[in-house]
Formats: sequence, C-alpha cells, structure tokens
Amino acid sequence: MIDEQRIVKVGMAELNIITGHGLIRTTGLGSCVGLTLFDPHTKVAGLAHVMLPTSDIAREGVLNVAKYADTAVPTLLDQLISNGAVKSRIVAKMAGGSQMFTFAGTGDSMRIGPRNVESCKIKLSELGIPLIAEDTGGNYGRTIELNCETGILFIRSVQKGVKEL
Amino acid sequence: MDVLKEVGNIGAGNAATALSRILDKPIDMAVPNVQMLPFEAITDRVGGAENIVLAVYFRVEGDAPGNLFFILSPEAAKKLLHYLAGLEMGTEDEFSEMEWSALAEIGNILAGSYLSSLADFTSLSLIPTVPALAMDMAGAILGYGLLQFGEMGDSALVIDTTFIEGQYAVEGQFFLIPDPESFDKIFIALGVPMNHD
Repeated sequence: MIDEQRIVKVGMAELNIITGHGLIRTTGLGSCVGLTLFDPHTKVAGLAHVMLPTSDIAREGVLNVAKYADTAVPTLLDQLISNGAVKSRIVAKMAGGSQMFTFAGTGDSMRIGPRNVESCKIKLSELGIPLIAEDTGGNYGRTIELNCETGILFIRSVQKGVKEL
Repeated sequence: MDVLKEVGNIGAGNAATALSRILDKPIDMAVPNVQMLPFEAITDRVGGAENIVLAVYFRVEGDAPGNLFFILSPEAAKKLLHYLAGLEMGTEDEFSEMEWSALAEIGNILAGSYLSSLADFTSLSLIPTVPALAMDMAGAILGYGLLQFGEMGDSALVIDTTFIEGQYAVEGQFFLIPDPESFDKIFIALGVPMNHD
C-alpha cells in the first residue's frame, strides 16, 4: 500500500511542527530564514519561517512570535518538547537569509537577511541547540522541506538547483 | 480605499500610456486592486510563492516612502524585449546583460510615469531609486517589500495593476506597497478625512 506523502506547509511568518512521517515545507524564502529543529529519536520536527531579526521592533497589537528570530526559536523548541522531543537530542538546520536586491545606499533593511541569520544563531546558542547545517546568504530565493523521518533538509533554488543538508 | 484605487488607476493609466507609446501598440489595463492582503495572498497574486518571476524593484523615497515592484513572467519579459528592442527571442531561460539592462530601462520608464502621475495627483514628492532586477521565486522577491509591514502585522496594503497587450499577451503587474507610515500622508494629500478607530 502506498502511503500518500503528508506535507505540512508553513507560510511566511508562521511556524509549525510535524511528527512521525512526512515533510514540513516552506516556499519562497528570500531574506527570511527557514529554521528547522529535529529530534532524530522521536521523529519530531519543526519549522519556522522567520521574517525579522528581533521582536524589539514589533509595533503590532498581538505579537506574532513566529515572525521574529528571538521569539520564534524558543517557541518552536517548546512545541517540539511538548510533543515528545527531548531537548538534548534536538539539532537545528537552517536556510535563507539572502539579500535579494543589492544596490548601494539604502539603509539597514538591505541587510535584513544576514541579520536574520545572526539572530537565529545567537538564539540557538543561548538555548544550547547545535546548528549542524546551514545554507544561508547569497542573492537568491529558496524553498525548503525537512523530512521528519530522516532529518534531511532539501533546498531548492532557481539558480543553484537542489541541495541536501 | 476607493480613492486609493483611483490613484492606482491614474498611475497605472499613465504607465500603460507610456508603454503603449514605446511599443506603438494599444495596451489595456485591468482595473487595479487596492486591498489589505495577508502576506500569503500577495504572492498568490503572482502565481504563488514558488512561481518564477522577473521583478524590477524600486525603493520609493520622498514624502510617502514605499516599495514598488514591476513584475513580469520570464516569457512576458522575453516578448517585451522582442517587440520593444527587436531582440531575438531566445528560447533559453537566461537573459543576457543587454536584455537585463533593457528591462531595467523599461521598468524605469514605466515606474517613472507611474510615480510621477501619483506625485502630480497627491502633490507629494515620490522619487524612485535606481532599479534593481531579480529573477527568482515570487515569495522571495515580494517578501522583501513586506518587511516594513512585518513590524506591524501580517498583512499589507497593495495597489496592484495588470497590463494586457492583447494580441501579444504581454502581461505585467505593478505592486505598490506604501510603508505603513505613508498611508496618512497619502490620505491627507488626497483630502480624505482621517478617522482612526
């Protein structure tokens, strides 16, 4: 019997988890970062589509924790743990954080991609989660999906084709 | 919203006129959409986050800053280059340096006429930066224009317009995403009474 592949989709500024089998995917990452957490033993995986580096700049009414690196990483970690993952086994992979447009003299928002990457790394190291692979930077978009049985992260881009981490 | 729609209409009307002048062909324009849209819905307007598009991006500076994108499918861009610059229509997906700079220039002319009519109408100064080009996933490209909105919520104001050049089906879209702070300025300039609830 062929099992239909289960795919959990994560939109911009969203996060979600998947357990057991299937893929968790987010499409069209530019300066955003796709951060994944995975416990290889219990097969619990999570993905956050992080848009901005820090929630300090948030001016929204109700904070969307998935959107900011500093709030998305701990929230995703909590969700994995409450679904049976064990913190000491959890590993992180991430992709994205590119600079889609490069031209001079247009302020700090041009560097948002690299800043998203830095902010995710800082938060991971504060939480003691090892970052075991990354494909970040550049000037191109990426679509990523994590297989929650193997922990393999597939990365697809227009310019660079397919990559596995 | 109606008044913003009118502004979009006028801007796009001028850009369509400019395009039809350079192409020497009539260009139709679909009535623009002005809406607060969730981020996901914005990329759906150009075929989904993964759809490959060619974008000419301008940061708009001046009184009411924002982000302006002129978006084409790669096929439409090839057609545009063919009709406009008489360049051979290559079958490969790549664009030469020459085609790339021609597209930047076309984008520049269109964005210039779009913005200058908005500026005339609102008496606001709106200055586009030099164009930046990218051909990539729509989500990655448009996501960049949503960053300022990201600080405030998960939806953005988008003024979107589609051009249709009937016979040859060259289609392009303008996305104007004014910064959140620019709304009030645009509304005041248009003489719309402000009522914040």
